[in-house]
Amino acid sequence: MDAAQALADLTEISSQIEAAVLFDDKGAVAGSTLADAGAADAFARSAAKLLEDAEAFRSSDAAVSQLEASTQEGSVFVVRDGARLIAATTGPAPTVGLVFYDLKGCLRGAADPVKPAPKPRTRRKKEPVDGEA
Amino acid sequence: MAKRKFLTLLGFVTGMFAGGVLYRRSTSRRRERLDLYFDDGSMVSFVEGSPEAERLLPVARDVIAAARR
Repeated sequence: MDAAQALADLTEISSQIEAAVLFDDKGAVAGSTLADAGAADAFARSAAKLLEDAEAFRSSDAAVSQLEASTQEGSVFVVRDGARLIAATTGPAPTVGLVFYDLKGCLRGAADPVKPAPKPRTRRKKEPVDGEA
Repeated sequence: MAKRKFLTLLGFVTGMFAGGVLYRRSTSRRRERLDLYFDDGSMVSFVEGSPEAERLLPVARDVIAAARR
């Protein structure tokens, strides 16, 4: 599944998500629900900055794997899976667990390589045995 | 007669209580916060007013603004 399809599935199953962007740890945008590429870049850049700033507050060696910022205007979610990241915004008071679940599903879906359709199997014709009609 | 009076009073008190709960819910302001989840399974929450939240919440508002632009 490609990034665009994964994001289309995400917005279809989660009505709470207003906007989402898939990007990597270098800031390259793989896909976004925003129509404008410049806006998607700015969205990904600001989400990456939020995650980077949040890393400063970790107390151990563990890295931040996901975050949720809840403000009066709405919520921001960022989820990381290795070098791949997804950021999303919702309105105020979303169902946090559900949004995280959907974002992780989208991240996994976007990472899955497209599998080629299996070749149809052909059956060998039975050779008539001597004596058979 | 006494039963009717009692039911009227009970209805009034229940209505007052339900109204109070609804009013408090609608007027209470949700506290802004930031929840961080680490890959070792731990989690930390910074509520508004803390130095961490004061630094990170403006960045979160920037993200929302960028997404809605």
